[in-house]
Amino acid sequence: MIAQKDGNSIPEYDLRLYVAGQTPRSVQAFANLTKICEEYLAGRYRIQIIDLLEHPQLAKGDQILAIPTLVRTLPEPMRKIIGDLSNKDRVLVGLDVRSV
Amino acid sequence: MNVDFTSKLHPERSLLKCPTGIAGFDEITLGGLPQGRPSLICGGPGCGKTLFGIEFLARGATEFGEPGVCISFEETAEDLAQNAISLGFDLKQLEEAKLLVVDYVHIDKSEIAETGEYDLEGLFIRVGSAIDSVGAKRVVLDTPEALFGGLNDTGVLRSELRRLFRWLKEKGVTAIITGERGEGTLTRHGIEEYVSDCVVLLDHRLQNGIVTRRLRVLKYRGSMHGTNEYPFLIGEKGISVLPVTSLGLRHKISDERISTGVPGLDEMLEGQGFYRGSSILMTGTAGTGKTSLAAHVVDAACARGEACLYFSFEESPDQLCRNMRSIGLDIARWVDQGLLTIHATRPSSLGLEMHLVEMHGLLEKHKPQVVVIDPLSSLLTGAENENDVTNMLLRVIDRLKQLGITGFFTALTGGGGVLEGTELNVSSLVDTWLLLRNLESDGERNRVLYVLKSRGMAHSNQLREFLMTKKGVELRDAYLGPAGVLTGSARLAQEAREREEDTRQKREAEDRRLAMNRKLCAAEAQILTLEAEKEAAERELNAAAIESEERQNAVIAQRAEMAHSRKVNLKPKGSQPKASEAGV
Repeated sequence: MIAQKDGNSIPEYDLRLYVAGQTPRSVQAFANLTKICEEYLAGRYRIQIIDLLEHPQLAKGDQILAIPTLVRTLPEPMRKIIGDLSNKDRVLVGLDVRSV
Repeated sequence: MNVDFTSKLHPERSLLKCPTGIAGFDEITLGGLPQGRPSLICGGPGCGKTLFGIEFLARGATEFGEPGVCISFEETAEDLAQNAISLGFDLKQLEEAKLLVVDYVHIDKSEIAETGEYDLEGLFIRVGSAIDSVGAKRVVLDTPEALFGGLNDTGVLRSELRRLFRWLKEKGVTAIITGERGEGTLTRHGIEEYVSDCVVLLDHRLQNGIVTRRLRVLKYRGSMHGTNEYPFLIGEKGISVLPVTSLGLRHKISDERISTGVPGLDEMLEGQGFYRGSSILMTGTAGTGKTSLAAHVVDAACARGEACLYFSFEESPDQLCRNMRSIGLDIARWVDQGLLTIHATRPSSLGLEMHLVEMHGLLEKHKPQVVVIDPLSSLLTGAENENDVTNMLLRVIDRLKQLGITGFFTALTGGGGVLEGTELNVSSLVDTWLLLRNLESDGERNRVLYVLKSRGMAHSNQLREFLMTKKGVELRDAYLGPAGVLTGSARLAQEAREREEDTRQKREAEDRRLAMNRKLCAAEAQILTLEAEKEAAERELNAAAIESEERQNAVIAQRAEMAHSRKVNLKPKGSQPKASEAGV
C-alpha cells in the first residue's frame, strides 16, 4: 500500500499518489514524480502510493476523483495535482516547490 | 389512480420501470423512470432537481426496498440531510439503516493543478464502492456538471461522464443525473447527449407575482408518457406532480341519483336529481342565487350523512352560514357536526397550481362525497390566461370524477356576455348545466332557472321561476304569456286572474245546476198532477160504465114488470112485430 521513498520520520513534503491499479499512466506518474522529487526535494519528501482498487474507501477522504492524483498533505495547505505529472514545471508550481 | 402500469399485450417485452414514489410522476410516465438506465432531470437553479433526486432515493429506500446512493457535487451531506428533513425525509436515519449512502464530491479549482493526462477512475471507484456498500439499486448524481467548474480538460470530462453513464447502465442501477439548464441547451455542457433514455425538464416561472413550478417529460425512449407540462409542487411531503390528469376517460360511473335539495329542481331532473359522481355547472349573472342553490346541494348531502367540502372564493365561512340562514338553511350545524368543511380562500392568495394542490390535499384529507367550488370564475382573477384556468378545472373535474365525487361548480357570467357560454370553456366538461338568469319586466327583476343540459336523463325543458323564500329556494312554474315568460308580480297577477276566473266558472256552474234542479222538480210536480187527473178520469169512466149497465138492467126489469102487469106473455122478439101488426 505505502511505498516509502525514504525520508525523516516527519518529512517536509508528505505526498500521496492515488492510482487505480498498475495502469501505464499510473506507472508513468510515479516515475515522473520520483524523478522530480529526487531532483528538487531530495531527502525532504515521502511518497505514499494508494491503490484505490484495493482501498476504494480511501478515495472519499482526500476527495479523489481523477486518477492519478497527487496530494500534498504537508506542508499545509493541501494541494492536489492531477494527471500523469508529465509537465515538470507545472508539478513544481503545483507543489509550490522553488528550485533550490 | 387507475392507470395501467404495464402494457397488457407484451408485459415481458415492455420497458421495465422503476417507480419513483413521487406523487403523480409515476402516473405521467406510466410507471416511473426507466429501470436500470440513467435519466436526466434538468432545470434552472432552484427548480427542485436535487429534491427530485433525494425523494427518488428516500422513497426507493422506504417504500420500494431499494437502497440508494447520492453523489452530491454541490451540497455537503449535512446540507442535503438538513434540506431533506424540511421535506419529511430523514437521510441520516436512512444512512444508519444502510439504505442510503451520501457522498459529497468536492472539487476546488484553487487546490488543483493539472498536468498531463488523467481520467476520473477515482470517481468511478467512489461511486462503485458506495453502490456495493449498501447494494444500491438507485443512484443520484446531483449535478455532475459541477466538475466542469473544477477541471479544465472538458474533453476528458465529457468522455469520462459519458463513460460513467454507460457504466451505471451496465451496473443495472436506475440513475438520476441532474443538470442545470444552459442557454439554448438542456444542460450547461450538453450532457443530455449522453443520457438519452429519459429526460425530464423542471421549470419554475413567475406569473403575476406567483411562482408556478412545472414538470415535463421531454423524452422517454421506449415508453409512452404524458407530454404536457404538469404543474408540481414542493410541499411538506416532498414533490407532488399535479394534477394528475388521467390519460383516458376511464372513471367508473354511478347510476345512483342524489337529490339537489330543491324539490322543484329534482322534478326538472326526472324527479330524481343529479347522478352521483357527475359534475354540475351552474352559471348565472351576479345575484341570481348560485350560492344559495349550492348551499341547498350541500344541505341535502349533509342531511344524507355525506361529507361535503365547500371551496368558497368569495365569502368567509361565517358569512356564508349567516347568509344561508336568511333563506332558512342552517348549514352551520353541518360544520359543527363535522360533515361540512368550508374552505375559504382568496383566489389571488395562491397560484392556480397551489389551489389545485390544496384541493387535492383537502380531498385526500376529508374524503368528501360532494364538493362545491363557488365560484370557479373567480379563479380567473389570479391567472394569467384563461387556458390555464380551463386546464386546471379540467384536472379538478377529472380528479373528482376519478374519485366518484359529485362536483357542483358555480360560475359567474358577465351581464353582457353570452349566457350560454362560460368564460372558462368548461361547459363541455360538465354533465349537467343549470342556468340562472334574471328576467326584467314590469319594473322588476326576477330569477329564472333552466336546465341547459343534463347528460343521461330526460330533463325538463321548462323555464322555472326561482324564488328565494324564508324556507329556502323554491322553483315555481313560470307562466308563458303572449309577451313571453311571466314572472314575479306579473305571474302573481296572472295567478290571481286565473283564480278569479276559476271561482266565476264554479259559481256559474252551480247556478246552472240549481236552475236545472228546479226545472226537474217542476216537471216532476206536473207529472204527479197529470197522473192524479188520469186516475180521476179513469175512475169516472168506470163509474159511468157501471151506471149504464145498472140502467140497462133496470130498464129490462121495468119492462118485465110492465109486461107482467099487462099480462102479456113475453114472446120472442121476432114475433113481436106480428103481434103489433095484428094489434094495428
